[in-house]
Amino acid sequence: MTDIDMYYALIGGLLIGLAASGLLLGSGRVMGISGILGGLLDPKVKDTLWRTSFLLGLLVGSSLIPLMGFSALEIPFHRGLVSAGVGGVLVGIGTTIGNGCTSGHGVCGMSRLSPRSFVATIVFILSGVVTVALYNTVFGGGL
Amino acid sequence: MKKLIRVFVPFATGVLFAVGLGVSGMTEPSKVIGFLDVFGGWDPSLAFVMVGAVGVSAVFYRLSFRCSAPWCEERFFLPTKKSLDFSLIFGAVLFGVGWGVSGLCPGPGLASLMTGKGYGFVFVVSMIAGMVVAKVYQAKGPFARPALSKSKGA
Repeated sequence: MTDIDMYYALIGGLLIGLAASGLLLGSGRVMGISGILGGLLDPKVKDTLWRTSFLLGLLVGSSLIPLMGFSALEIPFHRGLVSAGVGGVLVGIGTTIGNGCTSGHGVCGMSRLSPRSFVATIVFILSGVVTVALYNTVFGGGL
Repeated sequence: MKKLIRVFVPFATGVLFAVGLGVSGMTEPSKVIGFLDVFGGWDPSLAFVMVGAVGVSAVFYRLSFRCSAPWCEERFFLPTKKSLDFSLIFGAVLFGVGWGVSGLCPGPGLASLMTGKGYGFVFVVSMIAGMVVAKVYQAKGPFARPALSKSKGA
């Protein structure tokens, strides 16, 4: 990480924080991506309008990322489709039964000082650290 | 007009969120893996993203405690669940494993769809499958959904 990366990380974080604040003060919702998406997959959840428009906004915003000169999935990265598939299934199951992901627990939950979110965030970071260490040891080059 | 604002606010915050991810570099799985790789060449970027994001939104969450309702809805919809239960911990462990294996979490995963690359597509399809499986299991099994509060935020 260079100094420039650090500033970009901080500024990007501020923008993410502003987005979370806007969704809270505007729509009264927690900006948790797994929860927003999960609600659309649950026939019992009826408030689909704001969820759909948020996710559409996310996709439109994402398509602006390369236009602004920032990369996404561009840096060489030694993991293949098996990792994407296995990782995806675990992220889907884990965020559903754990009620949140990096944005929901990590950003919004910690911002509102939720003990559940502090615990979840510490646990998923530790779990991720152990996973990456094991992955690098066992698979080395990537799967 | 009210309806239009109700659609516009989530849309605009969704755009802003994605732009923030892009600026911060968090749409790059290699940066996320770098943060988790504390025994290798550790990249602390993700910690700076969290400091920036939590720093801003903590101020506005505090502000919201003084509001009776958000701008374009009748009330706040915030989680009320308080218990540190097994499903929270077990779910966070599984999520952490998936995050470490793929280098993606739900936000950057969805954002990576727009790159048109197979990696993001396979991740998102698998994640949705995992969510559906977990929800079907939840409907019958021991993992309960959190209740939403009827009053203003906790």
